[in-house]
Amino acid sequence: MTTDPTPAARPLLQVSGLRKTYRTGAAEVVAVDDLSFSVRAGGALGIVGESGSGKTTTARMLIGLERPDAGRILVQGEPLAATVRGKEARLARAKAVQIVFQDPYLSLDARISIGATIDGVLRLHGLHDRAARTARARELLAQVGLGDREAAALPRRLSGGQRQRAAIARALAVEPAVLVLDEAVSALDVSVQAQVLNLLSDIRRDTGIGLVFVSHDLAVVRYVCDEALVLYRGRTMEHRPVADLLTAPGHPYTRLLLASVPRPGWDPDSISRRRRELDPLKRHGPG
Amino acid sequence: MSAQIAGVVRGPLTRLRALGGGWLQRLCLLLLVLFVLVSLFAPWLAPQDPTFGGLGAGLAGPSADHWLGTDQGGHDTFSALIEGTRTSLAGPLAVVLFSTVTGIAVGLFTAWRGGWIDTVVGRMLDIVFAFPALLLAILAVAIFGKGMTAPVLAMAIAYMPYTARLVRGLAVQEKARPYIAAYRVQGHSAMFVAVRRLLPNIGPTVLAQSTVNFGYALLDLAALSFLGFGVQPPTPDWGAMINQGQAAVLQGEPLSAIVPAVAVVLVVVAFNVVGESLGDRLAGRDS
Amino acid sequence: MALLEYESLSIALPGMARPVLDGISLSVFAGEVVALVGESGSGKSVTARAALGLFPAGAGIDGRVRVDGTDLVGADAASLRAVRTTKASMIFQDPRAGINPVRRIGDFLTESLRLGRGWSKDRANARAVELLTAVGLPDPARHLNQYPHELSGGMLQRVMIAAALTAEPRLLLCDEPTTALDVSTQAEIMAILGKLQREHGLGLLLITHDIELAAAACDRIYVMYAGRIVETATTAELFAAPRHPYTAGLLGSSPPLSAPDGPVARLTPIPGAPMGLLDSAPGCSFASRCRFARPGHCDQSPPPLERQGPALVACHRAHELTATPGAVAVAAAGSLSPSKEDS
Repeated sequence: MTTDPTPAARPLLQVSGLRKTYRTGAAEVVAVDDLSFSVRAGGALGIVGESGSGKTTTARMLIGLERPDAGRILVQGEPLAATVRGKEARLARAKAVQIVFQDPYLSLDARISIGATIDGVLRLHGLHDRAARTARARELLAQVGLGDREAAALPRRLSGGQRQRAAIARALAVEPAVLVLDEAVSALDVSVQAQVLNLLSDIRRDTGIGLVFVSHDLAVVRYVCDEALVLYRGRTMEHRPVADLLTAPGHPYTRLLLASVPRPGWDPDSISRRRRELDPLKRHGPG
Repeated sequence: MSAQIAGVVRGPLTRLRALGGGWLQRLCLLLLVLFVLVSLFAPWLAPQDPTFGGLGAGLAGPSADHWLGTDQGGHDTFSALIEGTRTSLAGPLAVVLFSTVTGIAVGLFTAWRGGWIDTVVGRMLDIVFAFPALLLAILAVAIFGKGMTAPVLAMAIAYMPYTARLVRGLAVQEKARPYIAAYRVQGHSAMFVAVRRLLPNIGPTVLAQSTVNFGYALLDLAALSFLGFGVQPPTPDWGAMINQGQAAVLQGEPLSAIVPAVAVVLVVVAFNVVGESLGDRLAGRDS
Repeated sequence: MALLEYESLSIALPGMARPVLDGISLSVFAGEVVALVGESGSGKSVTARAALGLFPAGAGIDGRVRVDGTDLVGADAASLRAVRTTKASMIFQDPRAGINPVRRIGDFLTESLRLGRGWSKDRANARAVELLTAVGLPDPARHLNQYPHELSGGMLQRVMIAAALTAEPRLLLCDEPTTALDVSTQAEIMAILGKLQREHGLGLLLITHDIELAAAACDRIYVMYAGRIVETATTAELFAAPRHPYTAGLLGSSPPLSAPDGPVARLTPIPGAPMGLLDSAPGCSFASRCRFARPGHCDQSPPPLERQGPALVACHRAHELTATPGAVAVAAAGSLSPSKEDS
């Protein structure tokens, strides 16, 4: 995406002291508390957590669908505006961060073909020449492994994996600095999931885009990311290179997550025991 | 009033549809097309001038000259029926057009903004809901005088909340889907996303509701004319025709009242069947 | 005699290009945990439901499904009810979909005991408390008075397991019981299911898309693809040497957690997407995605499920491929040109 080689040291995305609370009646629920991290160009950060950990709230704050109560989000050194007024500000924000959602069946407009969707994004972002747009759309779709047949098709004619590829192409069409993937492979069939994971690591290698990969699946995070951050009830438990995290997990919660991954010879009894020991930290939240 | 009628009509209709399957819908659609064509070409189709009455020829039975007989004033019932199609369909059309457009605007705006605006507008719609459409129309006649404009406007306002509430409900649901979020994140304006992208996705369901509304508006306006508040003789109108036919019924010559009554029932039922089957089919498509 | 036995069960729906199920033969014995693994459209859920006599409406059914000796194909309502209330119970993926949100947990649990067996309220409540304790809920008496929305997904799934146990079944069918849950909750649910299975000597059929979960929890595994069973073996055998290219592909599709040093080896996904009900193939259904498929050989007739060593495999080339042990797994782990993906 970025044509000039960006110095690897300069962080693409810097998040510091992010906090978000929700008010339900009299009670205040802290969804995300004092979250800080950075992603360099070409880097990939995994945000790992279970339901209620605040990982989806974090994703929504990054793309501007939720406003943080405190903290700053800097993209390429520029603060991400809390509110956007006017077309220029909207487009600038779009260029900062894009997202791929979990559900490939609801994240594409059912009425509009994949090609027209991409075309609309390109036109919005100032590519006015029709021929150039068509060529760019084809290039983007080819990058995610889709051809002309898929471009002409409505989303419902495509498989889940193809839709998710289209959603990735749609996000890339904006040429964002950072791409957020919110459980982007967890709704896919296992065999198809592997295809999309390979696609993501190719995109990472080829574009220098920064990835924020939100997931509950440690193995998938291990595959795509080089750093991981473990969230539990809105707080950061651990933030380390992903290989370290998996070989020598420091926090009991990380160890629990790691032990929970099913494999031959696992011991679910001990996992549920350890989970109960952690429970004082966690009053049973909505599952 | 419409709501009550809806309740009464819906039960038997559902059973009727279960019997009829596809042909009932097709028949009703054909009927509607026929009525629309008749209303378009009424002046050429009507064999005689329905406003010209031969005093001596009052309350004649069906004959070669008067296929459906004449009314008390000697007007040709068949010609009046055909010419009456225009006024009888134009009124509800105005009501439905106005109520659909304003209802969509109000519903979409409140759904998109949410918050206190949504609550306040919702309460205001509840107040309008409390007044039966027919009562509002009679009130409008009492204030602004007889004729079509005032009652049609009043009824359009009374029907608006039905559309507004439906649109609001659908739009709130649709807005929560990730494809709408994706449009926002790409940098499209709220107006563009709401009107050009969200609305077309809920449009067909709104259209189905408006089709059903058409039938009820026709019934209400016919009732108004029947009561003598709506279309004034000699302009031919089904409601007014039934009104004038009352005396004829008492004299044992009910044909001039039965003919327009049958037309009203046919059109209302046809609109209902077509509208609901449209709604059913759309619901089936969504699931 | 097997507790649950399918004898070449086929289910066809009108308007579909291929049967939903095509000659499924499968058995679960008492005291045994068996997994049925498959992706979307494989027919695994339809198979599971058939064990309760729940067949798709308008389907053409052929073959046998026996639960504890009772054939459910063409069975009358009374014998179906007998199977469902005393012999087999099912646990579904989404616990919230299976419970009435406006009724208390206690009412939900005691209903069948009070109506079906005519138990008194006190006796049924006592039994419900017992069952909730058995599934590891901390405060059973309080839960009886709670509504479903007051419980988390994991707790509610335990309530569903308790409900399944009220029938005192000998066979437990679990259709993706942990897919909607967090990973650590999944471990808890699997622990409870395992404990109950051992204590009561139940036969348990786990339907899942997750071959790792199947391997972690089950004694034997059946792998389904496009309405057919393509491979079955004991868990150890299946993992040591997958004999069907699809099984090998599934195993190669999951990123490994181990091998933590350095970059992770690139995954070798199965190209393409699982076969939908509107597609069909004259030969092996997997041939279009299979890197071992040989034109003129694999696309002629569906391969029968045949014994290959300790496993049953439905593959035309199984004989050649298993001649050298582990060949399929090794070959599947080799690199695949990206251009073939999603072809």
